[in-house]
Amino acid sequence: MKQTALEALDAAMRNGVSYVDVRLIEDRNRRLSTKNGAAGDVSSSESVGIGIRVIASGCWGFAATDDLTKNGIRRAAALAVEIAQASALARRHELVLAPEEAYRADWISPCAIDPFSMPIEDQLHLLMAVDGTLRRTPGVTLAETSMDFTRRRQVFASSAGSVIDQTRTTTGAGFTVYSFKENEIQKRSYPNSFGGHYQLKGYELVDELKLIENAPRIAEEAVALHSADQCPEGVFDLILDSSQLALQIHESIGHPIELDRVLGSEANYAGMSFLTLDQLRTLRYGSGIVNVVCDARPEHGPGLGTFAFDDEGVPAQRVDVIRNGLFTGYMTSRETAAAAGDAKSNGTMRADGWMHIPLIRMTNVSLLPGEQSIEQVFGDVEHAIYMETNRSWSIDDKRYNFQFGCEIAWEIRNGRRVRMLKNPSYSGISTEFWNSCAAIAGREHWTLWGVPNCGKGQPEQVMGTGHGASPARFSAVKIGGAYQE
Amino acid sequence: MNEIELLPHSRVRDVFGLAESAARELGIRDVEVIVAAESSALTRFANNAIHQNVAQQVLSVSIRTVRDNRTARATTNRLDAGSIRRAVAQAAAIMNSVKPLPYLPRMAGPSPFEEVDRFCTATAAASPADRARAIAEAIGIAEQASQTAAGIFSTEQGAHAILNSAGVFAYHAATMARFSVTAMTGDSSGWAKVSAVDRREIDTAGFAARAVEKARLSRNVQKLPPGRYTVVLEPAAVLDLVGQMFGDFSATALLDQRSFLTGRMGQRLFGENISIRDDAYHPLQAGPGFDGEGSPRQRLLLVDAGTPKEVARSRMAAQRDGAPPTGHGFPLPNETGEAPVNIVITGGDVPVDRMVASLDRGILVTRLWYIREVDPYEKIMTGMTRDGTFLVEGGRIRCGVRNFRFNQSLIEMLQNVEALSPSARVSGEETFDMVVPAMQVTDFQFTEVTHF
Repeated sequence: MKQTALEALDAAMRNGVSYVDVRLIEDRNRRLSTKNGAAGDVSSSESVGIGIRVIASGCWGFAATDDLTKNGIRRAAALAVEIAQASALARRHELVLAPEEAYRADWISPCAIDPFSMPIEDQLHLLMAVDGTLRRTPGVTLAETSMDFTRRRQVFASSAGSVIDQTRTTTGAGFTVYSFKENEIQKRSYPNSFGGHYQLKGYELVDELKLIENAPRIAEEAVALHSADQCPEGVFDLILDSSQLALQIHESIGHPIELDRVLGSEANYAGMSFLTLDQLRTLRYGSGIVNVVCDARPEHGPGLGTFAFDDEGVPAQRVDVIRNGLFTGYMTSRETAAAAGDAKSNGTMRADGWMHIPLIRMTNVSLLPGEQSIEQVFGDVEHAIYMETNRSWSIDDKRYNFQFGCEIAWEIRNGRRVRMLKNPSYSGISTEFWNSCAAIAGREHWTLWGVPNCGKGQPEQVMGTGHGASPARFSAVKIGGAYQE
Repeated sequence: MNEIELLPHSRVRDVFGLAESAARELGIRDVEVIVAAESSALTRFANNAIHQNVAQQVLSVSIRTVRDNRTARATTNRLDAGSIRRAVAQAAAIMNSVKPLPYLPRMAGPSPFEEVDRFCTATAAASPADRARAIAEAIGIAEQASQTAAGIFSTEQGAHAILNSAGVFAYHAATMARFSVTAMTGDSSGWAKVSAVDRREIDTAGFAARAVEKARLSRNVQKLPPGRYTVVLEPAAVLDLVGQMFGDFSATALLDQRSFLTGRMGQRLFGENISIRDDAYHPLQAGPGFDGEGSPRQRLLLVDAGTPKEVARSRMAAQRDGAPPTGHGFPLPNETGEAPVNIVITGGDVPVDRMVASLDRGILVTRLWYIREVDPYEKIMTGMTRDGTFLVEGGRIRCGVRNFRFNQSLIEMLQNVEALSPSARVSGEETFDMVVPAMQVTDFQFTEVTHF
């Protein structure tokens, strides 16, 4: 693969081209799912191709192809240059990239149990066993289970001299159970919605999830929701489980800190950000106990945003995004770093495949653990609403106003669950919400969740991102507005 | 079948031959192959300059094997004999591991389907310079108004074919061009988007001018309280909101009891002025005349004068229900079954400007954003307005207003439609393109207001 990547690099370097990088990628995927005791989407796929990115006439051009013959690569390289030259028809200024070292590196993510070497029968057997357990609970009308495995080998080579060979294996697994009764559909998911939990691991993740052990409880909760009281509408203290908090971080911190959004690159589609450049190191983003990092380094954990180098050859880094409540950093690229006053990129450029360009994407944007015990999070107020597992999510195109729905909630009095609540939702303004953060549980309750389906860009790319969080409490949050009469 | 150079029939047949013989070596007689090729390009602009500009050429071969009511699929983008053989072996390995499906239909046999001509050479031949020149003109229109423009101009050509061991050979080639533009001033924005098979039908300058005018009209935005308002939803807003419900018009969704139509088919659910068809052959529609198994698409009357009448039914759902298939199945195996994908909502005769002129007080909505389902049975959806939200008073646009969050039941909304415009092909960001009208709706529920 390295030889092919270097040949592509040579093919694109020509008069008028000031920079080239290529990403030659081999993808492999296996997806297994069941529905009500029958196989669902059971499939495998593989894909190989190359993306060639050039700067010519001071502008970007990019072409991707799966024709890896010499002629195919030559055609793609020529097209990338032609596209860059056409970009110059509507150019405002010449592109300048922040400097970066040349690296020669090989990196393979840890994978204790190779999911692709395991018998498919064993994987399906587990899913069918979970499916059967779920449907043993009376009132369950639909049970769905799934596993998803991917392996990507990517060779990155650039005209600056880098040659970086990375292989990442990710695993996801989970289940969802539905109950339809008397004009109401309720559902519960485990360990998270969006197909479960995803990490940069092998099959060992599936073993850790204890899917069968949790199936009866989750199925019973789905059915019990029909008899639960409607979540009240009002302003209450709110406690979020770590999976819902992970999505809250994703939407109300992760996206706003993307510097390309701030600068307007996404204005037509994904939108912009309230975090204008003047807010850097001045905005009180959250309360003093809120500390958020963007950390792609393996030592942060096996997240969907963990790697050794990003997709323009910049090493994985940790960036302080919010320090003791103060907004301190954006996610940047080689093209945008200077706008934030940085000399170099902090390494967040990622593409979802060989056919797309890298964009600024979340790596692992995590809320650091707090100093409170879980008993303090739940018990230090007389009354609160505790919500688990995302059901709906929506935020405006500058990331101020959000609304989330969860699958289940409980009313908490003096640290104890006193009643189950159905159809819970909460809403607010991003900075007001994070400034109301009153308690964050410690490291022992911290989980690095995976969000596998983050959309951005045109053509749209779907990226996996990581978000570490532990349960946390927020004061005086608007609850129940989604069902407002 | 208008064969194109990107995917010649001969290549498709060669690939199928390789897959079929590889399957026979494994003792498998029933094989289905989907071959797809696409060449697409997208030029993206922001801050009045092209900032991203890409092209991609993609090919894939997806092979499904069937034996003893078991089935599985494997996909590759390598067309050599070894890769095809490996894909067949992978599909067979998964297939051998699953339990038999009780209602798995036999491979579809060949059926005649209506030809649709949705390929335009001018779109297929568009060059990077063609797109860049149109964008430069759009940027010029924004700059003349002292505004900032962002958007895309994309062109694509593609073809896909479905072949199986029962003799199906279904082939469809198509092109599509899309132009979208957001124009921004200090505190306001406007947006317009269009798609067409023939790029020459897209008036890029006209759409840029429309976005610029919306941004101009919505300057100095005012903050209104949330509440129930009469709204005029422009076609893109209708598309992205109403478009969220068509996955429920599915026989499999009804069986799974995850459709809001469970227990409601044949009952009057919406206003009498709401009729909705699925029609792959409508002149403003896109896509092939066959489904993911190569079965011909039928026309469906989904909603007749407010009453849900028909749903899409795959061959597998048809076998289970003892009813005829409708040609809307997704490639097997899958969990969701089928869905209508060529939606045509019957329009009326009240254009948007007459709706506005008739309104004492209400809100004109250009576009909606980040729409998600809050309640699956009452079909409550949440989302935001975006890029052109206006207060209308006394039949005239008074000012732009800060964007609202809505929490609105689609069932209730479609009971409250007071007027419909003529239908048109419309492109949005939250669902696929459809043929829909603008709607004037009473008591539309806005629950919050954001900061801009």
